Amino acid sequence: MSTDTSPSTADTPTTPAGKAADYLDQRTSVGGAVKEFARKVFPDHWSFMLGEMALFSFVVLLLTGVFLTMFFDPSMALIEYHGAGPEAMQGQLMSVAFASTLDLSFEVRGGLLMRQIHHWAALVFMASIVVHMMRVFFTGAFRKPREINWLVGTVLMILGLAAGFSGYSLPDDVLSGNGLRITDGVVKSLPVIGSYLSYFIFGGEFPGEHIIPRLFTVHILLVPALILALIGVHLFLMVLHKHTQYPGGGRTHKNVVGYPLFPVYIAKMGGNFFIVFGILALMGATMSINNVWNYGPYDPSPVGAGAQPDWYMLFLEGSLRLMPGAGTEWVIFGYTLPLNVLIPAVVVPGLLFTFLFVYPFLEARVTGDKREHHVLDRPRNVPVRTGLGVAFLTAFIILALAGSNDLIATHFGMSINQITWAFRILFFVGPVLGFWITKRICLGLQRKDRELVLHGHETGRIVRFANGEYIEVHRPLDEQERWLRVNYDAYKPLEIEPATDARGVKRPGYKKDKRWQKLSRFFYEDRVEPVTPAELAAAHSHGEHDEIESAQHSPELVSGAENAEREH
Amino acid sequence: MSDNQNTPGQDVAARDTAAHPERFEDPGVPAHRSRLTDVDPQAAKRNERLIALIFGISCVGAIASVVVYFAVRPDGTTAGTRLSTALLGVTMAISLLGIGIAAIHWAKSLMSDHEHVDERHTLASSPEVRQVAVQHLADGVEDSGIARRGVLKGAAVSALALFPLTFAVPLISSVGGDWNVSKFRHTLWERNKRLAYDPTGRPIRAADLTVGSAAHVIPEASQEEMQSHEWITEKAKAVVLLVRLNPEDLRSDQSPEGETWSYDGIVAYSKICTHVGCPVALYEQQTHHLLCPCHQSTFDMADGAKVVFGPANRPLPQLPITVDDEGYLVAQDDFAEPIGPSYWERLK
Repeated sequence: MSTDTSPSTADTPTTPAGKAADYLDQRTSVGGAVKEFARKVFPDHWSFMLGEMALFSFVVLLLTGVFLTMFFDPSMALIEYHGAGPEAMQGQLMSVAFASTLDLSFEVRGGLLMRQIHHWAALVFMASIVVHMMRVFFTGAFRKPREINWLVGTVLMILGLAAGFSGYSLPDDVLSGNGLRITDGVVKSLPVIGSYLSYFIFGGEFPGEHIIPRLFTVHILLVPALILALIGVHLFLMVLHKHTQYPGGGRTHKNVVGYPLFPVYIAKMGGNFFIVFGILALMGATMSINNVWNYGPYDPSPVGAGAQPDWYMLFLEGSLRLMPGAGTEWVIFGYTLPLNVLIPAVVVPGLLFTFLFVYPFLEARVTGDKREHHVLDRPRNVPVRTGLGVAFLTAFIILALAGSNDLIATHFGMSINQITWAFRILFFVGPVLGFWITKRICLGLQRKDRELVLHGHETGRIVRFANGEYIEVHRPLDEQERWLRVNYDAYKPLEIEPATDARGVKRPGYKKDKRWQKLSRFFYEDRVEPVTPAELAAAHSHGEHDEIESAQHSPELVSGAENAEREH
Repeated sequence: MSDNQNTPGQDVAARDTAAHPERFEDPGVPAHRSRLTDVDPQAAKRNERLIALIFGISCVGAIASVVVYFAVRPDGTTAGTRLSTALLGVTMAISLLGIGIAAIHWAKSLMSDHEHVDERHTLASSPEVRQVAVQHLADGVEDSGIARRGVLKGAAVSALALFPLTFAVPLISSVGGDWNVSKFRHTLWERNKRLAYDPTGRPIRAADLTVGSAAHVIPEASQEEMQSHEWITEKAKAVVLLVRLNPEDLRSDQSPEGETWSYDGIVAYSKICTHVGCPVALYEQQTHHLLCPCHQSTFDMADGAKVVFGPANRPLPQLPITVDDEGYLVAQDDFAEPIGPSYWERLK
């Protein structure tokens, strides 16, 4: 009820910073945000910076990209080149896009550096996204409540592919032009809409005179805007959920243990940005990439041998190369269905991406776990997930290698036909082997953990007793070491209601439940249970020097058939 | 030795269950361990000086970058550009890495490394909040009257569903050019069109081709014609690979009964792969095989360009050729089928 016009009389700021903060806070209530976020705790682990690397290389892409747009001219007008570029390019007929790429490399000082940093940053961007996704997948960070953020991240990865592809096609050189031509061939293979989609993209027949300006708009406006928006969502959800943490003493699903944002993470993340940028600058300075003047301007006739797309596109290229052509082009009622293109270029990547999109929901369903998970899994503790991840990567890597089969052939003097056949077989066998071996390694590591918890570390110290008996002394684990190895859930396969109710009436939905149970068995039939305190006590109660015998009858691997009995 | 040496572990466990909890207990956050810089002021001082030095190196890098920019002018050669690029990039990297390394070392060695613990909160809203939210929505629906004004609802939905057409129709009708996809069927080749070398456009005389030679071929055109987008687009369909084989080696071609599409061992096939459209450019003289460098489809030029390996399904279409009065190679006609990759209505 006073006439005082200042909102708070209690502590009027006196310092300039205080006054500025007061000014800002009265208009934006920034104080609340600072209170909330300045000391927000982030857990610490080297693998948490993989996502940061993706973010920071994207920032580098934006910075260098702005530089490049100042000088790049995305026009397909044809000119005869006379400029600062290499001798071989003089007098050639080329598009303005290609000519301006030469000029920004040779005439603009620092232009080539920016171009090379930009290209390397794109490769590192995709690489860090992929490795970040691997970290998230193998540690189970996609589990509730982060399923939606996993989807956002997967879409970001696909947008990254689109950004990269639209970007490296812009110089309008022979290499990327043939890449566009392959794209055109793939698009045309689509049933019903293929030809029209090709016209939609190229504004008429390939290559026409519209594709470079269109790709430019896609590359500098459409895709980056989407990426930025989704990065916003991705980070917002990350802050909302609070970061996951690796298992360890004091780390629970209800807390987050780590260091405060200000100052520790401001320094670490800011420092990481400069290190990512610095390394990309070093790469751009010393490693030349995509020297388009060696390929020449786009001409539909020539093609380079040993030509590879950027690495993240290799799996598609390899998939196209592996597919046998004989008998795979079908004609149905006079309409052509080129399965030799559709399967490798649409179905295979479609399956790979579908796996990524549905996996979190699939795993949640077969696990039957509806709790929030904030403590990460050690990959060994979820053997089937880890195995599936390795199988996925195996398929991806085999396809990428197949995309370089010509280079493998020339470098190692091998027959390209044999290499192709080997990859065709490996594409089917490799993932199965990868899955099986990984699952076995995981189970082995879990048993090793049990062994360690029950019997401690080997010390190499041999003791002889008075009666002549020798034993090796084992050192028990301290409680932190032990906690890491016993603190996990060994899920059991789903248990479902019986097929008929008490009065013998068939239950609807039983068959569906049965199918889920089957899948659940695939996931959790083989499992290694964590050591319980009782088991540890039992192991110790055998006396101080019979560790080895007790190892033989510890209930280690529980396999499906014995489950029920074991529960009693 | 204890008596129960041979008793299975489970039994022991079962007997002891009462005494032992089901799971181990969380031992809590491990005890904090001090770093050298926490306990030794001299070490802290040393690190402080080191960090300052690294920041200093970063400053030097930034200044050096500007100096290099003005001092090292590219001399117009590729090597000169490379030198300028390398020096600008390395100095830039020094300036950036200096900041990064110094900041992280500062965080790791001097900033407090005492771990903090924040509580997490359940993400789901409380039942009270949900109830209010649902009530708000119900009130909104009630206020709008959408539930009891069916006509209005239908009209609004219709308007919203239709308005994108105002944007989509103009865009889609123009974005594909004339949308005439039958252009795939035709190329520049026609009766008596001369075969010419790519890229010079010089016509090819049959007598100039030695046995075993191969040539990249385009339809004859003037230099002016070649300087246009129309030409590039047509060339993308019309390019041909021509090979002169020993007539005995030519086992078959694609000529129908009663016609001859090759001339004295010279065969011409579309250079556009029937897989996804790469130019098929690698000819192996010994085996008469033509290899696509993109996906390794291999075609036998001595046997009707049949596929012998790889992802392509169909032979390369043959260009029927002959010679004119002056001895130049000419086309008899356009290709008999659409060239290049397969598409839905290809055979229609």
